[in-house]
Amino acid sequence: MTHNGAGQTGAFTGTLTGPLDSLRERHPEAVLDICTYMGDTTLEVAADSLLAVCTDLRDTLGFNHIIDVTAIDNLGRREPRFDVVYIIRRLEPPDYMGSEVLRIKVRLPGPEPRIASVTTLWRGADWLEREVLDMFGIEFTGHPDPRRMLLPDDFEGHPLRKDFDVRNREPSKRSFERALTELETDFTGTLDTPIPKNTRN
Amino acid sequence: MGLTSGGTLGGDGFILSKVQEIANWGRKNSLWPMPFGTACCAIEMMGSFASRFDMSRFGAEVARFSPRQADVMIVSGTITYKMASVCRKIYEQMPEPKWVIAMGSCTCGGGPFDSYAVVQGIDEFLPVDVYVGGCPPRPEALIDAVLKLQKKIDIEGAPLV
Repeated sequence: MTHNGAGQTGAFTGTLTGPLDSLRERHPEAVLDICTYMGDTTLEVAADSLLAVCTDLRDTLGFNHIIDVTAIDNLGRREPRFDVVYIIRRLEPPDYMGSEVLRIKVRLPGPEPRIASVTTLWRGADWLEREVLDMFGIEFTGHPDPRRMLLPDDFEGHPLRKDFDVRNREPSKRSFERALTELETDFTGTLDTPIPKNTRN
Repeated sequence: MGLTSGGTLGGDGFILSKVQEIANWGRKNSLWPMPFGTACCAIEMMGSFASRFDMSRFGAEVARFSPRQADVMIVSGTITYKMASVCRKIYEQMPEPKWVIAMGSCTCGGGPFDSYAVVQGIDEFLPVDVYVGGCPPRPEALIDAVLKLQKKIDIEGAPLV
């Protein structure tokens, strides 16, 4: 294969077409669409076959690095509501200069969006999936540590959903009030070196 | 300054004052800041401490990263609600007397971040003594805030512990 420098994404399509056609032959039911736009190739995969296709991409085609996991909320524009987007890359030893990038899209329904976690294939997907869980409320089944990534653990809502009011500070305030209550209990005895209240002004 | 020369009492080496005023004079001239920097304002704060602007000219250069050793908290940078409980906790750990400088538009009123995550002014959860506007404020503005805080301590003081 040819080794391309970064930034020349337009040149990658030629080398990807053949392998992806063979992927479609191996998974005719799972691969719903392959399209290339502005040099970026997108693979649309059926949700229940994501792990099978990703395993193939990693083990047969050598996509050994996950760059990002994100999602798109299409509320009011089309059904199904969510797209989960995986961006993966093939890094070729020994010099790791070859860099082919592939985008995988999975469509998920609005109520209870759920998809298999790819952390078993790419360990680096751990925090990326947690961020999508945090911001979009999409559940990744089989994730080793399904906690919120950025927001407080008790936060109500998912800010990147289109039906979340981005100026509504009430959920944050409630989390903050709860954190303050825990702070008060800290000072009445659970800290290692407690400050008794009566000695402070 | 609250100190009176002992001239009327006829002797050199006399200074008459009240214990309270001596304490305030000491406090205001050696403020030890706790730098709570969360964003770009913190860079200007570091600049204020460094040699070009040199906060030590006003006795406030000993930046302490332990709240137990500080008496003025300089909150410089955007404060989110998640960070707010941490900020409050560190404030609670500072010994009395203690003061707070809100540095920059974000700490004063949320700045450009009218969003679900950002506190619209740290006076929602901290008693702020001096507000410094600007995005970020220049080091001169922070030094001016320290001088204003010194005046405030001189006038209002704080109870002897």
